[in-house]
Amino acid sequence: MNTLTREAEPNMEIGQVEAASDHQDEHQQHPSGIKRWLFTTNHKDIGTLYLWFSFIMFLTGGAMAMVIRAELFQPGLQLIEPNFFNQMTTIHGLIMVFGAVMPAFTGLANWLIPMMIGAPDMALPRMNNWSFWILPFAFTILLSSLFMEGGGPNFGWTFYAPLSTTYSPDSTALFVFSIHIMGISSIMGAINVIVTIVNMRAPGMTWMKLPLFVWTWLITAFLLIAVMPVLAGVVTMVLTDKYFGTSFFDAAGGGDPVMFQHIFWFFGHPEVYIMILPSFGIISAIVPTFSRKRLFGYASMVYATSSIAILSFLVWAHHMFTTGMPVFAELFFMYCTMLIAVPTGVKVFNWIATMWRGSLTFETPMLFAIAFIILFTIGGFSGIMLAITPADFQYHDTYFVVAHFHYVLVTGAIFSIMAAAYYWLPKWTGNMYDERLGKIHFWCSVISVNVLFFPMHFLGLAGMPRRIPDYAVQFADVNQIVSIGGFAFGLSQFIFLALVIKCIRGGEKAAAKPWEGAEGLEWTLPSPAPYHSFTTPPEIK
Amino acid sequence: MKRVWYIFLALLFTPYVLAAEMPLNMTKGVTDISGQVYNLHMTILYICCAIGVVVFGVMIYSMINHRKSKGAIAANFHESTKVEIAWTIAPFIILIIMAIPATKTLIAMEDPSDADITIKITGSQWKWHYSYFDQDIEFYSLLSTPRAQIEGTEEKGENYLLEVDKPLVLPINKKVRFLMTSEDVIHSWWVPAFAVKKDANPGFINEAWTRIDIPGTYRGQCAELCGKDHGFMPIVVEALSQADFDIWVAEQKNQASTAAAEAEASLSKSLSMDELMAQGEQVYMSRCAACHQPNGMGLPGVFPPMKGSPITTGPLMDHLEIVINGKAGTAMQAFGKQLTAQEIATVITYERNAWDNNTGDMIQAADVSQHGQ
Repeated sequence: MNTLTREAEPNMEIGQVEAASDHQDEHQQHPSGIKRWLFTTNHKDIGTLYLWFSFIMFLTGGAMAMVIRAELFQPGLQLIEPNFFNQMTTIHGLIMVFGAVMPAFTGLANWLIPMMIGAPDMALPRMNNWSFWILPFAFTILLSSLFMEGGGPNFGWTFYAPLSTTYSPDSTALFVFSIHIMGISSIMGAINVIVTIVNMRAPGMTWMKLPLFVWTWLITAFLLIAVMPVLAGVVTMVLTDKYFGTSFFDAAGGGDPVMFQHIFWFFGHPEVYIMILPSFGIISAIVPTFSRKRLFGYASMVYATSSIAILSFLVWAHHMFTTGMPVFAELFFMYCTMLIAVPTGVKVFNWIATMWRGSLTFETPMLFAIAFIILFTIGGFSGIMLAITPADFQYHDTYFVVAHFHYVLVTGAIFSIMAAAYYWLPKWTGNMYDERLGKIHFWCSVISVNVLFFPMHFLGLAGMPRRIPDYAVQFADVNQIVSIGGFAFGLSQFIFLALVIKCIRGGEKAAAKPWEGAEGLEWTLPSPAPYHSFTTPPEIK
Repeated sequence: MKRVWYIFLALLFTPYVLAAEMPLNMTKGVTDISGQVYNLHMTILYICCAIGVVVFGVMIYSMINHRKSKGAIAANFHESTKVEIAWTIAPFIILIIMAIPATKTLIAMEDPSDADITIKITGSQWKWHYSYFDQDIEFYSLLSTPRAQIEGTEEKGENYLLEVDKPLVLPINKKVRFLMTSEDVIHSWWVPAFAVKKDANPGFINEAWTRIDIPGTYRGQCAELCGKDHGFMPIVVEALSQADFDIWVAEQKNQASTAAAEAEASLSKSLSMDELMAQGEQVYMSRCAACHQPNGMGLPGVFPPMKGSPITTGPLMDHLEIVINGKAGTAMQAFGKQLTAQEIATVITYERNAWDNNTGDMIQAADVSQHGQ
C-alpha cells in the first residue's frame, strides 16, 4: 500500500518507499470487468477513462455542431426551429469546454504526470476515482434536460442573465446542477495534480527540471482552483434569481445584469487559458523530440506560462467592451489584453528556435504540433485584433469571434490533444499506431478545419452575427463552404477512432522509447507502461 | 503531397470567388469614426500579416532545410539571453505602436457630448422601439420579411431578414446621440456602417453616438443572443438630408394626428366577426406568432399555447388584462402601449375564436379602451 503510506507521509525517506514496494503484488489482483473501471484508483486506468469519456463527448458535441452547420447550410429555416438551434449552440459549447477539452487534459495529466515526475500514482487516488466518476452523471443531467418539456439550456454557453434567469426554460436547474458537478470534478482533479506535483516528485526532480507539461498543468491547476468556485457562485446566483426570488442580476430588485458578465468572465477568461496552457506543455514535449534538439528557452517558457496565468486575471472585461464601460476601464482592459501577446509570442518563438537547425522528421505527432503552432498563432493574431477596443465594436459577437476562438480551441487545444495522443499512444498501448492512417487523419483534419473556420473570419467582417439560425442571402455561399468543411472535419475524426482501436488491438510492438529524440522519465518505462510504475523512485541526475 | 496542397489552397479560396456579392472585409462605413475603425483594423491586420510572414517564413525555411532526411544534424544551442530579451521587447514596441491610434479612436467614440438630437432605443423580444427626444415621435420597428420567405415557400427577397416595417430615420451631418436600454433581456444595437454596437441592458441606459456623412439606407442586426428570434430583429436606418428629414418629421406629426383621429373613430365603430377575425389574424401573425406560434400551439414548456388555453377560453377580462399589461416575470410583454385599442380588440377576438377555441366572444375597440388602455 505504498501510495497510501506516501499520502500520509509525503516527506518519508526513500528507503521506506523501497521497503514498501515489496507489497506491490497485492495490486495485481485488481478486479476485472466493469468493476475494474468503477473502483479503480490507478492513475493509468483513470487516465484512460477520462480520455475515452472526453472522446465520446467530443463526438457528442461534434454531432451538435453538425446539426448547427446543417441548418446553416443555406438561408431560411429548414431542419430545426430557432429555439432548438439555440439549445444546440449552448450545449455544443458546454460539452466541448467541460466535456471534451478539460477532461482530455485531466486524462493526459493522470496518465503522464506520475510517469513524468517518477511517482507511483497520483497523490489522492480515491478522490481521483471520484472526480472522474461524477462527470458522466453531470453530462447525463445536462443532456437529459434536452428531453424535458421546454427543452434544455438555450441561452448560450455564457448563459447571460436575464436570458438565463427570468426568460430561461424550466430545465435551468438541471443545467445549474450539472455545472456544479463539473466544477467539483475539476477542482478535485486540480487538487490532485497540485498535491502530486508538489509532494511526489522523485528525488532530484527539482522544479527547474520538471517537464513543461508538468509545469503548465501545475499552473493550470492553480487557475482551476481559483476560478471554478467563481463559476459555481455565478450559477448559484442564477439558480436563486430564477427559483428563489433573489435579484442579483435584476435591476428591478437593485441588481445588475452586467454584474453577471463580470463574474462570469472573471471565471471565463482564466478558463480559456486552462484550456490552452497544458497544450503549451504538450507542444513543448513534442517539438524537441522530433527536432532532436533540446527545447529552446526552458526557463523563459516557465516564466511566460506564469505571466500568462497572472495576466489572465486582469483581462476578463475584454469580452464585454460593448456593455457600456467607462472609457478608462476599456483602455485598461485593452492594454492588459494586448500585453498577453508578449509571453505568448515568447512561446511561439521558442518553439521555432527549437526547430531551427534541428534534425526534423514529420511523424503524425509532429505534424499536429506544427499545425498547432501555425494555426494557434493565427488565432492569436485575431486575438490581438479583438483586443483593439474600437475595432472590437465591429468584431464583437460576429463570426469573426467564432473563427477566433475555434482557431485557438480546435486547432489549438484539440490539435494538441491529438498530437499528445499520437505521441504517447505507443507508451499507453505498447503498440505503434498506423503511421499511414495517422497522416491521412492529419491531412483530412487540417484541410477541413481550415475550410471550416477560415472563411468565418470573412463572414464576421461582412457583418454576420453569431448565434443566429438564419441569415441574409449575401452570406449564403460562404456558409455553404463552411458547412462542407464542418462535415468533412467531423467525418475525419472517425479515422482517428479507427486508428486508436487498431493500435489498442495490436500492431508493431513499441520500444520503451519509440521516438529517437524523446526525453523524459516516461520513456524509461517499458511499453506498454506497467500497471504500477515507479514504485521505487528513479534516480534523477 | 503537392497535390494535397493544391486541393487545400483551392478549397481555401473558392469561397471568395463564389461569393462575389459578399464583401470580404469590414465596411469603411459612412462616418468619420467608422472610417477610423476601418483604418485601425487594416493597420493591425497588416502588422499581423507581416509578423506572420516572418515567423512562419522562418519556420517553413527550417522545415524545408533542417530535415533529417536531408542529412541535417541537430545543433546544440538551447538558450540565448540576448535573443530572448529581443523577442520580448520587439512585440512590446509593436503593441505600443498599435495602442496609440486605438486609444485616440476609442476616446473619440466614447464622447457623446454636444449632440444635436437624441434618440432613445429600446430593445425587447424581438423588436426595436425608437423614441425621438424633443420631437414627440416614437414607433416600433419590426422585421418585415414574410414568414413564407423564411420557411422557403416563397422566393427570398434582396434584403431578406434585413428589412423592417418602419426604419429609424436620421439626418446626416448631425451628431446623433443614442440612449440604449431594454425591456427584457440584453440586446445589442449594431449598425456596421456607423461602427456603433452597444448593448441594451434592462434597467440601465447606455450611450453611443454617430454623425452620418452620406444619405442612404444602412442595415444591421441585434448582436447579443436575446432568445428564440435573436436572428430576426434587424435594424434599418435611413439617413436623409436635413431638408428631407424635416419633411419626414412633419409627415410623422400628420400621421400621428390622423392615427389619433382614427383611434378615436374606431372607438365608436363596431366591427363584424369576420372583420375582427381577419384583422386579428394579421396582428396575431406579426406580434404574437413568434412565441405562441402561427398554429396557436406555443412551444411546450417555453411559450404557452393559445389553443384551448384557460386564458383564451376563460373569462374575457382576464384575457384582456394579460394582453394589455403583460405578465411580470415572464416573456409576456405589455401590449397596451404597443397596439391600438382596435388592434387589441381584433387580436383578442381572433385568439378566442381561432384554432377551434370557438368561444364566440367578440370585443370591440371601445371595450378595450374602457379597460383603461
